[in-house]
Amino acid sequence: MDITLDCTYVQSEDIVSRVIEGELIIVPLISGIGDMDDELYTMNETGRAIWSRLDGKKSLREIAAELAAEFNAAPDVVERDMLELITELARRKIVISQ
Amino acid sequence: MTHVQKLKFHESNIWHNKKPLLNQMDIELTERCNNNCIHCCINLPESDADALSSEMDTDFVKRILTQAATLGCLAVRFTGGEPLLRDDLPDLYLFARRLGMEVILFTNARLITTELAELLSKVHPRRVVEVSVYGMNPDSYDRVAGHAGAFFEFRRGVDLLLRYKVPFIVKGPHLRFLKGDQETFEAWAATIPSMDKKPLYSMNFDLRYRRDDPVKNACITRLRATPEEVAAALSSNSLYLKEMAQFCGRFMGPSGDQLFNCGAGHGTCIDAYGRAQLCLPLRHAETSVDLHEVTLKHTLEELFPAMRRIKATNLDYLRRCARCFLKGLCEQCPAKSWGEYGTLDTPVEYWCLVAHAQARHLGLLGEHEQAWEVENWRERVAGFAKAQGAAAQVET
Repeated sequence: MDITLDCTYVQSEDIVSRVIEGELIIVPLISGIGDMDDELYTMNETGRAIWSRLDGKKSLREIAAELAAEFNAAPDVVERDMLELITELARRKIVISQ
Repeated sequence: MTHVQKLKFHESNIWHNKKPLLNQMDIELTERCNNNCIHCCINLPESDADALSSEMDTDFVKRILTQAATLGCLAVRFTGGEPLLRDDLPDLYLFARRLGMEVILFTNARLITTELAELLSKVHPRRVVEVSVYGMNPDSYDRVAGHAGAFFEFRRGVDLLLRYKVPFIVKGPHLRFLKGDQETFEAWAATIPSMDKKPLYSMNFDLRYRRDDPVKNACITRLRATPEEVAAALSSNSLYLKEMAQFCGRFMGPSGDQLFNCGAGHGTCIDAYGRAQLCLPLRHAETSVDLHEVTLKHTLEELFPAMRRIKATNLDYLRRCARCFLKGLCEQCPAKSWGEYGTLDTPVEYWCLVAHAQARHLGLLGEHEQAWEVENWRERVAGFAKAQGAAAQVET
């Protein structure tokens, strides 16, 4: 499925995310999530900002607009980052399209 | 730009120089076991009424797990006794996994059910299950386990793990009368998908953690490998000398009167009744606290650091262990002293002999020398390292 800015995504129920010492750690819960079974994932600051807003209601475009305003960033840059991140996460089944 | 970074659990770069208060925790869910292994330090009878009535209940274990998660804990080891004796094991397992923890399960596999194998297959523990094996035929296995029919139940459990593709490894005790099984065991172990090296063997069996059974302790003592057997077994590894040269360069030297020179107390082990201990075998009242009365955070931040500062007062310890340079080779520690003598600082003769046998094997000691009397130990360690082609960095 093509990932576009009009899509909405939600964090998968098959992962656990925890913030430990300021780091967002994502732990796959069931087999088949992620690339290998012994891996964890963490995200950079941009990733964390996007991750926290994935509620299954707002489109990626709406989230990008929020972030662009909040961080005073160019919307096209934020949108590009957004699509890159969601593509990575969707490939690993860490986020689910609504 | 890469927004998502993959990490291995044990990679140090997870925390970017910060470190959570608790990284991994052991929980001994029960001291009861469905085996009665002759070499075992902890195996109360399966139906032991006192143990049953005193063990942590499900909610209490969950509260400890929750506290641990808030402190950063990412992995828990469920051990025992036999942890599968607890009916709530699947519940506790799922609870820990939903906290994002990896789960290490120690078991003899006799109580693995289809349901549990399915669960472990679907909700992967993310760490291999560790199965203890006590022989490769019914006679030898049941003799070690002290339970008729145990072997067939173990094989059924292991077959379920294989059928459901649950990653597991096998390990076993080094017992003289199992020597005939060793080749079969290792050949079978090599067929297990998760076994990427030979099985590990325990050979220096600990005495009873509760100091509860002098008869069993006497039996365990007799089953231990001799110091010379230990040295010979270690040196059978082709990399042994090279590895030891590097190891000795880093970890040899007298430790003085500081008792805790290990990682004890930087994490914690919870016993079956809710006491947090500096390490798994160490049940001494001075080095454990009741988590019904204090929080895990307070224990790790305040109580354990104070315990780790305990100094040795035993005169024999101060005369020998405090001055001995074989620190890196010797298993002497408060837990071993507790198991053997019920104290924190009594020198354990067996470990002293094992360390000396290894040192003689490595050429660090002469036949009749005592390591605490050696003054030129730095030169000896450096010479050994040099001879093995390693760059010794002897701590001064």
